[in-house]
Amino acid sequence: MGELFQEAILVSILAGMIRIATPILFAAIGELVTQRAGIWNMGVEGTMLMGAFTAYFIATATGSVWLAVLAAMIAGALVGLIIAFMTVTMRVDHFITGLGINLLVAGLTLYWFRMYIKGRAQPTFDGFDNVAIPGLSAIPFIGEILFDQRLLTYMAFAAVPAVWYLLYRTRWGLELRCLGENPKALDIKGLSVSARQYAAVLFGSVMTGLGGGFLMLGFSDRFLADITAGRGWLAIVALIAGNWMPRGVLAAVLVFALLESVATHVQVLGIDVPHQIFLALPYLASILLLMGLRRQSRQPQRLGIPYFR
Amino acid sequence: MTTILRTVNLTKRFPGVIANEDVNFDLQKGEIHCLFGENGAGKSTLSSCLFGFYQPEGGSLELNGEPVKFRSPRDAIHAGIGMVHQHFVLVPDFTVLENIVVGTHEHGWQLGLDEARKRVASLCREYEIDLEPDALVRDLAVGQQQWVEILKALYLGAKVLILDEPSAVLTPEESIRLFRIISHMKELGLSIILISHKMVEVMQSDRVTVLRKGKVVGTVCPDEVTPKELTRMMVGRDIELRVVRDRSNKEAAKEPVLVVGGLSYRDTRDNLMLDQVTLTIGRGEILGLAGVSGNGQKELFEVLSGIIVPGSGNVTLAGERIEGLPSRHYMDRGVGLVPDDRFREGLIPEFGIQENMILGWQRHDDYTQGPFLNHKQIGTIAEGLIDEFRIKAPSADTPVNHLSGGNAQKVILAREFVHSNKLLLANQPTRGLDLGVIEYVYKQIIAKRDEGYAVLLASEELEDLLNLSDRIAVISGGRITGVVDPENTSIEEIGLLMAGERKEAAE
Ligand SMILES: Nc1ncnc2c1ncn2[C@@H]1O[C@H](COP(=O)(O)OP(=O)(O)OP(=O)(O)O)[C@@H](O)[C@H]1O
Ligand SMILES: [Mg+2]
Repeated sequence: MGELFQEAILVSILAGMIRIATPILFAAIGELVTQRAGIWNMGVEGTMLMGAFTAYFIATATGSVWLAVLAAMIAGALVGLIIAFMTVTMRVDHFITGLGINLLVAGLTLYWFRMYIKGRAQPTFDGFDNVAIPGLSAIPFIGEILFDQRLLTYMAFAAVPAVWYLLYRTRWGLELRCLGENPKALDIKGLSVSARQYAAVLFGSVMTGLGGGFLMLGFSDRFLADITAGRGWLAIVALIAGNWMPRGVLAAVLVFALLESVATHVQVLGIDVPHQIFLALPYLASILLLMGLRRQSRQPQRLGIPYFR
Repeated sequence: MTTILRTVNLTKRFPGVIANEDVNFDLQKGEIHCLFGENGAGKSTLSSCLFGFYQPEGGSLELNGEPVKFRSPRDAIHAGIGMVHQHFVLVPDFTVLENIVVGTHEHGWQLGLDEARKRVASLCREYEIDLEPDALVRDLAVGQQQWVEILKALYLGAKVLILDEPSAVLTPEESIRLFRIISHMKELGLSIILISHKMVEVMQSDRVTVLRKGKVVGTVCPDEVTPKELTRMMVGRDIELRVVRDRSNKEAAKEPVLVVGGLSYRDTRDNLMLDQVTLTIGRGEILGLAGVSGNGQKELFEVLSGIIVPGSGNVTLAGERIEGLPSRHYMDRGVGLVPDDRFREGLIPEFGIQENMILGWQRHDDYTQGPFLNHKQIGTIAEGLIDEFRIKAPSADTPVNHLSGGNAQKVILAREFVHSNKLLLANQPTRGLDLGVIEYVYKQIIAKRDEGYAVLLASEELEDLLNLSDRIAVISGGRITGVVDPENTSIEEIGLLMAGERKEAAE
């Protein structure tokens, strides 16, 4: 193999990693905010699927990808509203709520999808194009990997420092983290625990919906049943593996994305390993990571425990 | 004198209990007003109603003569009321400063830590509180955490401060400091509602309102009543304020039950918490453990109950070496432990009383039927214990986090007292209990001693230790600095040993 060829593959793998990381990153960063507020939202997969389907529907119906992105976010918010109502207002078990949402959305989207394409060829759409950043994208190697991506990818990566700033440098972030650790400490200062938890769940779900939208519009031209294929679960795993910290989450998402990107390149690389092994690797990697990190867990103390006065 | 806060026929109910019934209470400007009453009398509930945390079902509140309604603590805070809760409401992973600041500003997005730091520093100067603002609360000693709670209330500009058993977790020295701070607050014109079970503290206040079963028995000035009269108002009968000296049978005590030799333990941060501890407790003997809190008492109790494994040394129970065994084996051999942090280590707050009463002993034949729990049997036993220990609760399945602090403590005592049969380890067993219950607990401990138990008893009430113990071991910096005979040792001598001065072992 020529050197040129090898470098091209490396660029392709790494650029693929960045693109693959985008939807998971949106969801994981959103879920980070939700979990820091004490809500263990297990409905990420369903919320993402809802975002993806909505994006498909609006993109094919209107032809506008940006309208589709907006719609995906709104769809995420609606699912989030249900989750918040169940967990915060009704104080239903967080896991049950999330699992219920996943089943519901999987069924609903499939039904809507069948209705939508009934009696015709499946409509397709034109997804996002790359937006090369002038100047930066000309840097050899790095430029091709990092600065010739979709617009939303830049946003997803920008969201990491932004959420870090929100969590650690603003009053809202302090209150949010307090919710996950000891909500009573806010309650006795007369601040509404539920209003803040609603906000956190909604933020997380909008981000996850956006991730689902990108998954649709950034990778494909048509919807498939169960198109998210476990990416919502990966976001949760990344959050745990990243120890509930923004940079940890980013690192975990990148590792998962790299594994998946390598998996899509196995044929070109001529590695004779079943694709499924690569799909299982992120989970294996995080289990190993978790065993190492067990002692210094940053998991919020009151995560997943409904708050009663 | 002007009345600053007043309740008129205030009534607050919980499912199955009337916690406050037609309570008429008034707080004058600049006074220290003590709320006094048995465990479960409704003191904390009344405080929470004054703070807007609970909404009373009946009656009304008046602030400076005007009727008010506090829909949430926010309204109360705006009205200048601050409260320190009976159990800490802190975030262990936040710094002192973050704990104080969180939720205090309502506008803007900035943290404003710099400005807060200045205000906290000046509050600390004003009240002579010594705290590192950037320390994590989890790293603070219990006593220091209490200063954080007090600063939280002062930071919000409280003019009325409600302190719910602030000294229950403090050492005697810290309590004295707390009282200096409280009188300073009074000089500055703050009005204080103080809840306490300790007679010395009650007698230091300006007025005392006694509650019994949710009702006001009366409001008196401490100058005009004796402690005896106060306790009679509280429980409706006379109680012994001090345990009578009644030594054990010295002969029986010669037969050792627990022998501990050269015990050392380092915690996860590599601090030497126990340093060559050597102790013996005989059959029918109470060994008192005196020491300033945080000097290794907790670790000693945990080693002796098998929760942590010592780095070196040996533990022999009734002739059998047991160090290194899991704690279940300690329990099987009849060791009972009353831990000092009731909600974190002694109970599962969301579980019912009866489940908490068998915690750890759930495999016992009495409680099982094949692989299942025998709920009927557990219920009967629990109800017996609820009666015996006079636990105030609507039913045996009431979750323990719905109990008053003292009644929750009684659940632990009941469990450990009935299940152990050789060695009873009691770390601060009377913390937060009312005087009537303390009397009862001490009688129980003496009864256990007479049955032949070996008892290790740690208490911050030195006088109680002197009266109850057959011998007193003093611990300081993880070392036993002396073992003394309470018959001919003064509190001052013990104080010196607690400060680390070493005495050659009396044995
Ligand atoms: N959240 C709650 N839910 C149900 N019952 C409660 C709740 N809080 C308190 N109670 C009940 O109300 C009564 C009064 O409790 P309260 O906590 O006011 O007592 P207290 O006087 O503070 O006692 P202690 O000295 O033990 O702290 C008790 O019978 C208790 O079981
Ligand atoms: Mg109380």
